[in-house]
Amino acid sequence: MKMMGEFVKGLWRENPTFRIVLGLCPTLAVSTSVSNGIGMGVAATFVLVGSNIFVSLIRGIVPEKVRIPCFIVIIATFVTIVDLLMKAYAPALSRSLGMFVPLIVVNCMVLGRAEAFASKAPPFKSILDALGMGIGFTWALILISAIRESLGNGTILGITISRSFEPPLFMILAPGALLTIGILIALINYLTMKWKAK
Amino acid sequence: MDLSTYITIIISTIFINNFILSRFLGLCSFIGVSKNTLPSVSMGLAVTFVTTMASIITWLIYNYILLPYNLEYLRTLSFILVIASFVQFAEIVIQKKAPALYKVFGIYLPLITVNCAVFGAAVLNTDVFFLHGHAVPGSFMKSLIQGFGAGAGFTLAMLIMSGIRERLEYADVPRSMKDIPITFIIASLMSMAFLGFSGFKI
Repeated sequence: MKMMGEFVKGLWRENPTFRIVLGLCPTLAVSTSVSNGIGMGVAATFVLVGSNIFVSLIRGIVPEKVRIPCFIVIIATFVTIVDLLMKAYAPALSRSLGMFVPLIVVNCMVLGRAEAFASKAPPFKSILDALGMGIGFTWALILISAIRESLGNGTILGITISRSFEPPLFMILAPGALLTIGILIALINYLTMKWKAK
Repeated sequence: MDLSTYITIIISTIFINNFILSRFLGLCSFIGVSKNTLPSVSMGLAVTFVTTMASIITWLIYNYILLPYNLEYLRTLSFILVIASFVQFAEIVIQKKAPALYKVFGIYLPLITVNCAVFGAAVLNTDVFFLHGHAVPGSFMKSLIQGFGAGAGFTLAMLIMSGIRERLEYADVPRSMKDIPITFIIASLMSMAFLGFSGFKI
């Protein structure tokens, strides 16, 4: 049961996007369409799981002082793997995500989990933690991109949902992303406060 | 290369494609550090210094090591390592040689290692100024200028945001909107204002 806790916490209570507010650059930049959101979510989850396993395996072996560079090398290796795999098997997705695939390496969420969790926990726990965080990150991305794509383009996953309004391009552009996440975080804060008050 | 190209690059990285407000690079520190003006400007200066230097170093590595030996796939790994070691090195040198400067922005250097703006600038340089595995003419200076412009744009956005947030301290913001959500909404308005620059023809 305690093991499940490591997994569940990333989904809501410590959700990387909405509660801890980490790893924002990719979240906002690629959430212009749901398919991009899913692609980025899966890629980031893969990197998280891979790096968490290896960071957890080398904990205690690597001296305290050089641990951050070691973590970064591990993360960069997995990012390179994802980048190459995506170029080979999903070239269209790779093109539309562009430079944000290599940018997973500086995603604070990945290094944050390595430093805060995996460097202190056994591998199995670290995998659960990474999976929870990755899925939490993915659903947040899907939610944001669904809002932006449906309002800004009138479609979801490329399928037209409504022709009754002229979609404001604004939602697809940069300001729409910042507005969406601001309102979502406020909403989640509000709900959390309400539940706590009960 | 004439001067107008450089001015075009600077204007476009600062205003039209501002790193924070339209490319979403360096958002974490933008939201996290922008509470007061002084630290924000110091952070901005530190980022400008590192993006400029990182652009130079990564250009040299890409052009003279990775490209000739067909090692482009090592870009992510080598860039992040070089940037991280450069930042560490700069921190040590500045702390020893210029303690006054260290007080101004040295303490922000460690934070910058994983700042997306720095790595983003390096990746963007190689994406834009290397076509089909060859450096475009004058790409070294262009990379340098683009790195500098990225940092300057970051500083500008930090300065504006911290000025607004200092004022916001006295405003009556709803409890659930406090801090992060309201900052995002202000950023959205700023970004909307910066969209106006995208009509520039240069």
